[in-house]
Amino acid sequence: MASRGAFDEIWGHGGPGNPRPEFAALSEWVADTPSAELQRRQQSAEAAFRQLGITFAVYGDSEAAERIIPFDIVPRVFLQQEWSRLCEGLVQRTQAINAFLEDIYGERRILKEGLIPPELIYRNDQFRPEVAGIRPPHGVWAHICGIDLVRTGPDQFFVLEDNARTPSGVSYMLENREAMLRLCPELFRDFRVAPVDSYPDMLLETMRSVAPGDNPHPVCVVLTPGHFNSAYYEHSFLADSMGIELVEAADLVVDDDIVWVQTIAGRVKVDVIYRRIDDDFLDPLAFRPESLLGVPGLIAAYRAGNVALINAPGNGIADDKAIYSYMPEIVKFYSGGEAKLPNVETFRCREPQALKYVLDHLDQLVVKLVDGSGGYGMLVGPTATKAQIAEFRAALIAEPHRYIAQPTLALSTVPTMSEAGLAPRHVDFRPFVLTGSDGVRVVPGGLTRVALREGSLVVNSSQGGGTKDSFVLLEDGAGPSQSQRQGS
Amino acid sequence: MRIAIDHRTRYRFTEPQARIVQMLRLTPCDTRDQTAVSWMISVDCDARMRDAVDGFGNAVTMLYAEGPIAAIDISVTGEVLTVDSGGVVHGSSEPLPPMLYLRTTPRTTLGDGLPAFAAESIAGARDSLERLHRLNAALHARFPCLPDAPDTGLTAAEAFESGRATSRDAAQMFIAAARGLEMPARYVSGYRIDGGAQSAPHAWAEAYVEGLGWVGFDPVTGLSPDQGYVRVAVGLDAHGAASIAGTRIGAGDEKLDVALRVSEE
Repeated sequence: MASRGAFDEIWGHGGPGNPRPEFAALSEWVADTPSAELQRRQQSAEAAFRQLGITFAVYGDSEAAERIIPFDIVPRVFLQQEWSRLCEGLVQRTQAINAFLEDIYGERRILKEGLIPPELIYRNDQFRPEVAGIRPPHGVWAHICGIDLVRTGPDQFFVLEDNARTPSGVSYMLENREAMLRLCPELFRDFRVAPVDSYPDMLLETMRSVAPGDNPHPVCVVLTPGHFNSAYYEHSFLADSMGIELVEAADLVVDDDIVWVQTIAGRVKVDVIYRRIDDDFLDPLAFRPESLLGVPGLIAAYRAGNVALINAPGNGIADDKAIYSYMPEIVKFYSGGEAKLPNVETFRCREPQALKYVLDHLDQLVVKLVDGSGGYGMLVGPTATKAQIAEFRAALIAEPHRYIAQPTLALSTVPTMSEAGLAPRHVDFRPFVLTGSDGVRVVPGGLTRVALREGSLVVNSSQGGGTKDSFVLLEDGAGPSQSQRQGS
Repeated sequence: MRIAIDHRTRYRFTEPQARIVQMLRLTPCDTRDQTAVSWMISVDCDARMRDAVDGFGNAVTMLYAEGPIAAIDISVTGEVLTVDSGGVVHGSSEPLPPMLYLRTTPRTTLGDGLPAFAAESIAGARDSLERLHRLNAALHARFPCLPDAPDTGLTAAEAFESGRATSRDAAQMFIAAARGLEMPARYVSGYRIDGGAQSAPHAWAEAYVEGLGWVGFDPVTGLSPDQGYVRVAVGLDAHGAASIAGTRIGAGDEKLDVALRVSEE
């Protein structure tokens, strides 16, 4: 269905014989490297990932087997000018997300202006009254944003989802690059690819920049729910590459509104915590009382301004699907200009007119649960069965406020290994945007997810998606810039 | 009225505890209807205490104690001047708007029986104030009141099924029912004069009435609070407004004793 007419990022609309001019050399590499060789390299990369233990659990799968995410050897490539434009939009959006969080947990000017229906905030569980009135150290809320993008043409990018809680996947960006450097060294000889391996340093810098007070040597830790968590590999990998402690809740104590970590040498004051535990399980005294994963008193320490939590608790209100459709207004309100990165057109089923339209066009739309994730609770109209459509129709009529709907976009494709050789497959993209007290930075790369089944638009790893390395090409003459930095 | 409060909470542990972290919501905030003349929280062991105001506007004290701790005694004594405000709360600090108090929590889910009971009780009422008074009276008539006891985590729906209620259960049922009728409602923990010795702080509900503000309803009496009540903390449910929320590190069980006396000076 959607692959016909879709924009291919290397081949354009012309097919393998007629690539986009800037991608001729890359297209040649793809064409000249024998399929069997590409297959061999790909298997080698996957074997390495399996050995490292980069796996994920499939939610809703009763077997709950941990799988590795398939890796595709053909990289996804951004030209420098494409990337620069994209970065402007990402920086603007991330600044707006931070400003929105600051406002919504503080003055709530945006509600006084009437730009968002107040019930979408106050009746939304993602708005956490427990942290209302707290301003995090240095006023930074979303230190790490993973903004999911899709593309439909050379310059047509759309934001699909803002991930402002604890976005995962950065270890894939780094490990995919490692694998590519090892397996396809010729690509890095022939093309000037911006390095991504500085990400751990950038993250550590970001963490240090938001430490409370003026301690020149703040203590930073990564807090993991433990090795049973499906992203444990990423937690330990990041702690390891930053050279900081990986801790579990039991290693931390709060005393006198200060967080301490138990070490062999005694207890040490903690200034910054990169927590990979959801808000609900962070502190049993503030959130879910039955939680054993959390640190009692952590929110009190945070309220007292004695510790920075990365990302800030309560951020879920910024990346909530019900809020998403208001992001263009939110960006405009805080940045003063139009959003450089548009949203995908979104129908709010809570609005009667939108609901009517959605019900009349179910076979053309993607319908999503406002509080769902991972591709679950989703209807892809064009590929759905009649029974699925009927099921969603009933659900929509019963609880319209729980759903949004979007048109199916002709997502861009990238040549990908398939059983029948190279073929275009749909992709999306998650760049990682870091915000510290010293500004916003975008890592020149990210996580490209690819829908491996022909024609499929669902890239979620839990639904048969894979990943690719994402290259940002540096222009000749330009110095190898590590990152884009822009003051906040 | 001048109300004297003497509230002692004693935890005894079968094994010594390594650490205790507690969050105390035991300090009343001044409003136009109540003023604390004196108020003191004291603890019988070496503990560090930190005061703050939480997101709901409650005064919160964090208590940190390091072991070995075999027992801990938390004692609250104070005097509060109150006036009868006809159940309406005046001059409270309200950092959050009434609409927030429409959300459901795990403790205030409605269940099967409560919505029909609530709908029946308010039938014929002309305005929201009358609806709330009728709901309050109906809960009072239906549920024989149990003495206040430590929180066991009962939900509004479970309490409704059980047919009996402590003040905590009754307040949660009121809140769940009111929210189900699209009226903002919240849980209040505090103190109430009732002559004798009490075994736990009292709980009641407040609902927001356009034009009046927050109005108290106590299903235990079927009436609104009078000058014999002292408001201490508000929250979305019993968990959110609990007088003492605690965690401990250490094995064994705990035994809780509460001695509470609320009297007119």
